[in-house]
Amino acid sequence: MREAPTPDERPRAAVVRDALGVGVAVGLSGFAFGVTAAGAGISTLQACVLSLLVFTGASQFALVGALAAGGNPFTAAAGAFFLGTRNAFYGLRLSQLLKLPRPVRPLAAHWVIDETTAVALAQPDRKSARLGFTVTGLTLYVLWNLTTLLGALGAEAIGDTRAWGLDAAGPAVFLALLAPMLKTSTERAVAALALVLGLGFLPVLPAGVPVLIAALAAPVVLWTKGRRP
Amino acid sequence: MNVWIAIGLTVVGCYAVKLAGLLVPAGALERPLVRRLSALLPVALLAALTAQQTFSTGSALVVDARAAGLAAAGLALLLRAPFLVVVAAAVVVTAGVRALGG
Repeated sequence: MREAPTPDERPRAAVVRDALGVGVAVGLSGFAFGVTAAGAGISTLQACVLSLLVFTGASQFALVGALAAGGNPFTAAAGAFFLGTRNAFYGLRLSQLLKLPRPVRPLAAHWVIDETTAVALAQPDRKSARLGFTVTGLTLYVLWNLTTLLGALGAEAIGDTRAWGLDAAGPAVFLALLAPMLKTSTERAVAALALVLGLGFLPVLPAGVPVLIAALAAPVVLWTKGRRP
Repeated sequence: MNVWIAIGLTVVGCYAVKLAGLLVPAGALERPLVRRLSALLPVALLAALTAQQTFSTGSALVVDARAAGLAAAGLALLLRAPFLVVVAAAVVVTAGVRALGG
């Protein structure tokens, strides 16, 4: 199914360079996930299964964080799921842009994440978008899984991950994901309210529940804004 | 066993939302309110998770070396450092503060 090249089509090399840049940089941070998972008492096998089958970083970090804090499996999975819901909206954008054949969609879906979406959306034409999506997805998937394994094995080998400061990797990853989202006063208000709710309910409610209550900051702020004239 | 239950639920849930995005007709999720909420939900969750994992141990609120590490990560972000440098800054500073007895 080849499409006629358009005059403003990007050179393949440029697309591949962009995609590799993102795929390698982010793929290597699977190392931080492997280390965090091991530090949270998750086995190497479990960490690898998460990277292979969940493959959406923030959800994976949230899950191991919640389990480490003693959360029950349902609240822990709920937090991870809510973080993953943004991928549905990436998929909406991508299905129009990439126009994937139906049989390919269940496979492509696994690679619908922040980074592949960002690279695909940055391309000026469909062919470049498909190439960017595929190269970013493949590089990131391979490296993320490889570095998860290395990180988990490495953390197991060094023993006390706290002494090495590795328990700070998880929150640093969350902060790095959060920072670019804080563009307007609405986002900042949601973040501030979520922070207060998340810490405020932590001492009094079972692990995993406060973070779900903090998620209510989003509809609450939207509702408040909507009522303002 | 609990961990495997959580992993199973997360695998199924996260894959389902990814696939839904590619399969659902565009109109279904395109309502402005749904889109606004889906953009704000990750903001709330990430803010709460960052705060909890920095300032708590179990169900107790604590301020320890991780706070210094997170401040270092914040500084690295302001200086537009790459992702891995941000994470490394947090780890190195946290380890450093602990080594100094913090």
